[in-house]
Amino acid sequence: MKYFIVLAFLSVLCSCHKQDAHVKTGGMEISFVNNAGSQKITLGNTQYINSSGETFTIGTLKYYISNIVITKTTGEKYIVPQDSCYFLIDESNASSLKPRLNIPQGNYSSLSFMVGVDSLRNTKDLSQRTGVLDPTNTAADMYWTWNSGYIFFKVEGNSAASLQTDKSYRFHIGLFGGYSSGTINNTRIVSINLSQKGNAIISSGKTSHININADILKIFNGTHVISIANSSVIMATANSADVADNYATLFSHASTINE
Amino acid sequence: MKKYIVISSVLIFMIAFACRKDQTSHFNSFTTPSYFPATSYHFETNQITEGGFYLGKKLFYDSLLSIDNSTSCGTCHIPTSAFTHHGHDLSHGLNGTLTKRNSPAIMNLAWSNSFMWDGGIHDLDLQPISPITNPIEMGETMDHVVAKLKQQPNYKNLFLKAFGTEEITGDKLLKALSQFMLMCVSNNAKYDSVKRGQTQFTPTEQAGYNIFLQKCNACHNEPLFTDNSFRNTGLKPSILNDSGRYKITLNDRDMFTFKVPSLRNITYTAPYMHDGRFYSLDAALEHYNSQVMNMPNIDPIFRRETIPGIRLSADEKNKLIAFLKTLDDRSFVTNPMLGENYSPR
Repeated sequence: MKYFIVLAFLSVLCSCHKQDAHVKTGGMEISFVNNAGSQKITLGNTQYINSSGETFTIGTLKYYISNIVITKTTGEKYIVPQDSCYFLIDESNASSLKPRLNIPQGNYSSLSFMVGVDSLRNTKDLSQRTGVLDPTNTAADMYWTWNSGYIFFKVEGNSAASLQTDKSYRFHIGLFGGYSSGTINNTRIVSINLSQKGNAIISSGKTSHININADILKIFNGTHVISIANSSVIMATANSADVADNYATLFSHASTINE
Repeated sequence: MKKYIVISSVLIFMIAFACRKDQTSHFNSFTTPSYFPATSYHFETNQITEGGFYLGKKLFYDSLLSIDNSTSCGTCHIPTSAFTHHGHDLSHGLNGTLTKRNSPAIMNLAWSNSFMWDGGIHDLDLQPISPITNPIEMGETMDHVVAKLKQQPNYKNLFLKAFGTEEITGDKLLKALSQFMLMCVSNNAKYDSVKRGQTQFTPTEQAGYNIFLQKCNACHNEPLFTDNSFRNTGLKPSILNDSGRYKITLNDRDMFTFKVPSLRNITYTAPYMHDGRFYSLDAALEHYNSQVMNMPNIDPIFRRETIPGIRLSADEKNKLIAFLKTLDDRSFVTNPMLGENYSPR
């Protein structure tokens, strides 16, 4: 009973803290523009050329962005709460490309996020896998049912270089480190310095737009050279870590527009 | 403080009585047998109720869960065979195809911390998505299954009874299936009666039990008869070249390892091994006696002998089989509450 009373007090305290009226918040929109080099990609038949000289198309491009942390010029960090920090960037769905957040006002000079879904969320109860994380709905094609876990990054298309009979290539990269015995961990943290192209100034009633370019060509040579002729299907295999190293290099800050 | 306790006790009684109104008298909820270890399942996020159990059972036997409405969970998990696919080495799939593995038993899953032969699934709630969406097994999508259920007249009411809302969602569907599967508890074999002091083994069964403790119990650990580990038992890879748990972890030490299956209901669950290659207990035991293939990562237990394996004489095998048959739980495989046609009053 005593514990219950203590808990009740604590929860009241916490709820007060959450709704603290003294901390004013503003909007932040992180806009992801998926490019091939400097050219915005188009899903379908448009041909691109990777560093191995292979032409390829992009039919599907989806990836998870999560665990967003922004840091003020003073060094003070704001960690976006768990219940609002998972986003599925899907090139075929324009509204998914601009995650919007509500954050305390201030002058922010750096941004970091995870590409993928952390191990904790990968092992949460089904009831806490809602929205873009619902494996029975939105996440159905971004989830491995046979090896419980999210697919962090998916890119598919066609290439004459592919050795598959249908000339397809498919990279589905997941693996969060394993539940009971270790696997490779393909989550990657990306840190972006905003100070050169413009800090995000967050103020109440306004929105700061941070424009991030993602250069998809770097999937093939960001850190490791991956050729479609050698690896046209990369899924839950050891070389998936090479693709993960590469997707950690895709992102760069293009500009910030503060309202 | 006493006052609080009295008030809360009264409240609890009131709630209990209120609940009782909706319940039929013969629904016995989940209980842990006294000589079983602690459960692994997260009951705190999915409490079993009669409504949830019954919805789960309805879903389990409903072929709407497959793309062509031909196949239910119960098609390959038949209750009278301890929820395995009786007589099939590999389970059937859609349109006459074959799956790659032997359908495992559904029993005592509350004590299991991983699912499938390779342990790739770590939560029972997530398990059914795999067969439902596997193109060979049931070939559906979860959201299409939900859409189909919404068109059925009776499911709204079943979801209401189970979860207090008519809303049909994928996660509720999965939670209900978990409730049904968790209730598939097998603890009424002769072995269990002996454990409870209600009967005794025959001399042959007792001799077999002694051999079991010496030669089998390290992996098929009683009373669940599995230690939930993954081991390479020296089975020669078949033409399917199934690498087992290696596919999940990509660790060489897991190459050709599979989950240690429980030996409960052993007569009902033939054929044996992950690919159902042995149709008799005698053949399965003979594998350990003389056919263990020497691979780099076979389980260290098999290396206690000069030639890898577990030596068993014909006499020992007979006694072991006599003991293993005391693990058959007839009341489990014939339990009307778990069968397709039972419904509450």
